[in-house]
Amino acid sequence: MILDGKAPTGRIEESWDKHRFELKLVNPANKRKYKVLVVGTGLAGASAAASLGELGYNVEAFCYQDSPRRAHSIAAQGGINAAKNYPNDGDSIYRLFYDTIKGGDFRAREADVWRLAQVSNNIIDQCVAQGVPFARDYAGYLDTRSFGGAQVSRTFYARGQTGQQLLLGAYTALSRQIKAGSVKLFPRTEMLDLVVVDGEAKGITVRDLVTGEIRTHVGDAVVLATGGYVNVFYLSTNAMGCSVTAIWKAAKKGAYFANPCFTQIHPTCIPQAGDYQSKLTLMSESLRNDGRVWVPKKKEDCNKPPNEIGEDDRDYYLERKYPTFGNLAPRDISSRAAKEACDDGRGVGPGGRGVYLDFAASIKRLGENVIRERYGNLFEMYERITDEDGYKQPMRIYPAPHYSMGGLWVDYNLMSNIPGLFVLGEANFSVHGANRLGASALMQGLADGYFVIPYTIGGYLAAAKPGKVKPDHAECLKSIADVQETEKKLLGVNGKRTVTEFMRELGSLMWNNVGMGRSEASLTEAIQKIPAIREEFWKNVKVSGGGMETNQQLENAGRTADFFEFSELLARDALHRNESCGGHFREEYQYPDGEAKRDDANFCYVAAWELKGAGQEPELHKEPLKFENVHLAVRSYK
Amino acid sequence: MSAQASGHGTMNIKLIVWRQAGPDKPGNFETYEAKGITPHHSFLEMLDVVNEDLIKQGKDPITFDHDCREGICGTCSAVVNGVPHGGQKRTTLCQLHMRKFKDGDSIYLEPWRARAFPIIRDLMVDRGALDRLIQAAGWISCHTGGVPDGNSTPIAKRDADYAMDAAECIGCGACVAACPNGAAMLFGGAKVAQYAALPQGQVEAPERVAAMIQAMAENGFGNCSNHYECQAACPKGIDVKFITRLNREFYKALVLDKVGATPPKKS
Amino acid sequence: MRLFSTSIGRKGVMAVTGLLMVLFVVGHLLGNLTVFKGPDGINAYAEGLHKLVPVVWGTRIVMGSALILHVYMSIQITLENWAANPKKYAVSRSLRATFSSKNMIWTGAAIGAFVIYHLAHFTFRVTPSDLMLGTDTMGRPDVYQMVVDSLSGAVIGGVYLVAMVALCLHLWHGIQSLFQTLGLSNAKLLPEYGLWGKVLSGIFLVGFGAIPAVILAGILK
Ligand SMILES: Cc1cc2nc3c(=O)[nH]c(=O)nc-3n(C[C@H](O)[C@H](O)[C@H](O)COP(=O)(O)OP(=O)(O)OC[C@H]3O[C@@H](n4cnc5c(N)ncnc54)[C@H](O)[C@@H]3O)c2cc1C
Ligand code: HEM
Ligand code: HEM
Ligand code: SF4
Ligand code: F3S
Ligand code: FES
Repeated sequence: MILDGKAPTGRIEESWDKHRFELKLVNPANKRKYKVLVVGTGLAGASAAASLGELGYNVEAFCYQDSPRRAHSIAAQGGINAAKNYPNDGDSIYRLFYDTIKGGDFRAREADVWRLAQVSNNIIDQCVAQGVPFARDYAGYLDTRSFGGAQVSRTFYARGQTGQQLLLGAYTALSRQIKAGSVKLFPRTEMLDLVVVDGEAKGITVRDLVTGEIRTHVGDAVVLATGGYVNVFYLSTNAMGCSVTAIWKAAKKGAYFANPCFTQIHPTCIPQAGDYQSKLTLMSESLRNDGRVWVPKKKEDCNKPPNEIGEDDRDYYLERKYPTFGNLAPRDISSRAAKEACDDGRGVGPGGRGVYLDFAASIKRLGENVIRERYGNLFEMYERITDEDGYKQPMRIYPAPHYSMGGLWVDYNLMSNIPGLFVLGEANFSVHGANRLGASALMQGLADGYFVIPYTIGGYLAAAKPGKVKPDHAECLKSIADVQETEKKLLGVNGKRTVTEFMRELGSLMWNNVGMGRSEASLTEAIQKIPAIREEFWKNVKVSGGGMETNQQLENAGRTADFFEFSELLARDALHRNESCGGHFREEYQYPDGEAKRDDANFCYVAAWELKGAGQEPELHKEPLKFENVHLAVRSYK
Repeated sequence: MSAQASGHGTMNIKLIVWRQAGPDKPGNFETYEAKGITPHHSFLEMLDVVNEDLIKQGKDPITFDHDCREGICGTCSAVVNGVPHGGQKRTTLCQLHMRKFKDGDSIYLEPWRARAFPIIRDLMVDRGALDRLIQAAGWISCHTGGVPDGNSTPIAKRDADYAMDAAECIGCGACVAACPNGAAMLFGGAKVAQYAALPQGQVEAPERVAAMIQAMAENGFGNCSNHYECQAACPKGIDVKFITRLNREFYKALVLDKVGATPPKKS
Repeated sequence: MRLFSTSIGRKGVMAVTGLLMVLFVVGHLLGNLTVFKGPDGINAYAEGLHKLVPVVWGTRIVMGSALILHVYMSIQITLENWAANPKKYAVSRSLRATFSSKNMIWTGAAIGAFVIYHLAHFTFRVTPSDLMLGTDTMGRPDVYQMVVDSLSGAVIGGVYLVAMVALCLHLWHGIQSLFQTLGLSNAKLLPEYGLWGKVLSGIFLVGFGAIPAVILAGILK
């Protein structure tokens, strides 16, 4: 089936304004009759719930953490883009739009990206009004920096905690609505199923993580803003609780999953130290502004202390391969280059999985004080984790899974193919194509929540009768029974291996075969192996405790079970996409110099997968992509 | 680097952990052995090891709160040998590493204790009271949309920096756990001070501080006796100067007759 | 009243009353130190003071109310604080709280007990001893002799010394604390208040303590 993204036609500059005008409105007096369920309280969810509550809708907000403020958006360090052009360096909505399309390797819908660029400016204004303490210059105006390969300075930031500050802004807006009574909050509540009635999304089934109670909440529309899924690799920069569960359950109820294989690997993470490791920590990319990346030229040197390796014996491979961008080459390129060096046996640190990020030259040039001022907190963090002093010896870094560009398929209104199911933020596939630019995810989350969904949801609700489904509807009862059944199964296996052991096994298979470099062989192998581990999981997992209590093992087991199903789809998508683009690198598809080889003739589409039930192959639907405002071109960072 | 390579051996640690099956259940200390821990294990990874062991023995693993494991979400929370987050300066529990301990050490692990934070299970407590403080008073009443351009009001860099210093709070509640009075003044003070320092927050400053203090009382937090234990335990180094600011803002509100005069205002 | 019903309002009252009492204690110390000049010093001072009837009574009323307010609030606040933190840690370790900050109610109570005793002792002279306030050679009330006579007893002298330790401990924390409470502090000033608070409490300890100590040692007769 050919999917229609419902993108408006006509001049792109007017597309959003025109569309907004054409959307139906809900009568203000009627708004409170509509109940909207918002799952997720990250940037996307919190901003959506707050804005919808303020408009007068009756909102319920859910998150699995104990407080909305702890959503993983909190961890974003670098910054948020906007086309304000405050520094007068040539930025514009068009340039941000252009950069995002190009950065995403031409795999995103033009109209959606245009809208994102357009509302980016409103986001900054909104956050300032909320009291977000953005960095300022001495004149008192907002400061910006350049980020992630962009040639203009359009990234707004709040020290190294931009995500935190933006999320706290949205969280306070949400808190205000909770106080006002327009939003009801359900923390420590995990969505475990989507309730679809007559083809429309009308509720969710959740587990209260404290009491273990399983119940259904019904509403007139469901908004999922549940974040990304790169924890499918087990070790990633995501929080321990990040999972695919919410969107996977929706996919099982018929929502299409788009481009699952588009995942982003971040080049500057602290390498893994041992098998017990539970997560990887990101260090802001800004380090690459002053650090030089290298590995030893000779394998024998890998175990030598770095300071004893002479200048001539070092391979500054990024500077060598990409003389123009050097150490600032885009994320996917520098990640892959690091992997190549380590695959070549020249990696450093435990397991040979690390490369050096060396500040010696800039310390010499600028002085240690300047470096300390710029990156002091990052050096501190590095030392806390590794016990090594980055001023005295080079840091070790390695790429780590970081972000998922794929997600549930949505149209221009952010509505999935299930009417009434809206998907925002990292959980949808929309604007980043095959690769996301630095500082653009925060922008997307807030754009979706503050400035898109408040309009587009009205278009759906205006035509819907409020309160159609009651909690005792047969579909709700069935959904509860299904969730209880799964829980009973998990608790009943009583095998010998822990959930974490299984997740580690799945994760390392995914990382090795479906991670940075993918080939037909590695993907086929993964697709064969995943069902075997999955089967063993269901036969041999041990989940202690019961269902009607706080049970973290049970929570993990459920999330892991979903990763086991989802991982296969991810691998399958990667296998079907016979090209390299953005974060998806198929070893067979590269130019002789190692550059990704895109295939626009055959793959210039969004791959949206429809699940067909257990044991059945998923069906692929395509949404062809048209580029009328930016011309398809090969990306080059040489 | 492996434990050997960095010149440390592995260590065994004795853990004395508060176990409590539920909010109204009695609790007691249990002793466990964490074996084969390397200096590179984070504190929570050490607990993971213990838990994996417990699960395999058919026992209930220790319930503890955590999520980001990189010191920013504010979820992790336990009192290590009497000090919330373990006492390494500006470090959350998840960022504390086992190299700070020695082979054979005994470690007492207890949940945050304060009336405002009822225990849910083991080391996990309910910190909803902090959210309720923010709901009562931790916001600026701006609407989505309809706000002026971000650069329309210049804000002195020193004020922006001051606000940012306050805003770094991760809402972990260690300040309350550390405070001999179970007070949330550091947490609340940071929020009040952040907004009081910014022009857009000054408009509502008196109402905000009044509502904040009222909410603290309603949610079971204690008063401040200026013990400064909160600052010492705070993983973000939030300064008690924000409590000073809170006090100052409160007197201002008193003088302006905004305290308790009207019920704390709705949005 | 909102001043007396809110957390920070009441703390403000405590701080202001505490400050007033500190000022009184400073004055009282200066006055008392005249004892080292012998009868001429303190008796002259006492006589001079008692002539200023409105000042004396003004001070008495202000200090009396301050003390009552201070004590009333302190008990209320302390009970609330105990209730807010009902269960202690099995292992307790303080990072910055001090013995002095954690025992304000007890050092306060000790001071309270002392003040009652002290008033009964010197002001109303109703303690079970044959304390007399005679007149000196110049016809002034002989405060000097009264003080020296009574404090030369080990028990009474000892009580005074202990009370001075309690006062010192109370103010060791209390002085800097009042500036913080009143919002008159910041990150740079706070350590300075701390330092000066300790110096001043030390001066109180040494200054007041010296009187019974010197008398006990038999130097002042
Ligand atoms: C370390 C790190 C640094 C980053 N730095 C940057 C940066 O500098 N700039 C940038 O633009 N982007 C950055 N990103 C990316 C960006 O932070 C995220 O993509 C973005 O914040 C995602 O926001 P979100 O609202 O979609 O989801 P999240 O913030 O992840 O929120 C997900 C929400 O869904 C809830 N949830 C999930 N599943 C369930 C369920 N089953 N039931 C109930 N609730 C559920 C969670 O409780 C949570 O509230 C970074 C990401 C990481 C990991
Ligand atoms: C009579 C009995 C007294 C009692 C029971 C008492 C009790 C207390 C208590 C419990 C506190 C701490 C309150 C808190 O912050 O939680 C306190 C603070 C204080 N007290 Fe007293 N006190 C007494 C007498 C005095 C006297 C005589 C003085 C002065 C000479 C004094 C000076 C102070 C000061 C300066 C503070 C600090 C106020 C602040 O923190 O803002 N107190 N007192
Ligand atoms: C060694 C220490 C002290 C000595 C020798 C001393 C001595 C005296 C004397 C001689 C008087 C006056 C009697 C009179 O003329 O009527 C007096 C009064 C008083 N003292 Fe002290 N004093 C000491 C410490 C203190 C302290 C520490 C406090 C308070 C905390 C205190 C509080 C008072 C008060 C409230 C009065 C009554 C004043 C009045 O008449 O209104 N004294 N003291
Ligand atoms: S002030 Fe510090 S200790 Fe208190 S909640 Fe914030 S970060 Fe945690
Ligand atoms: S420890 Fe408690 S008493 Fe005040 S200064 Fe901090 S809140
Ligand atoms: S787990 Fe997020 S701060 Fe420790």
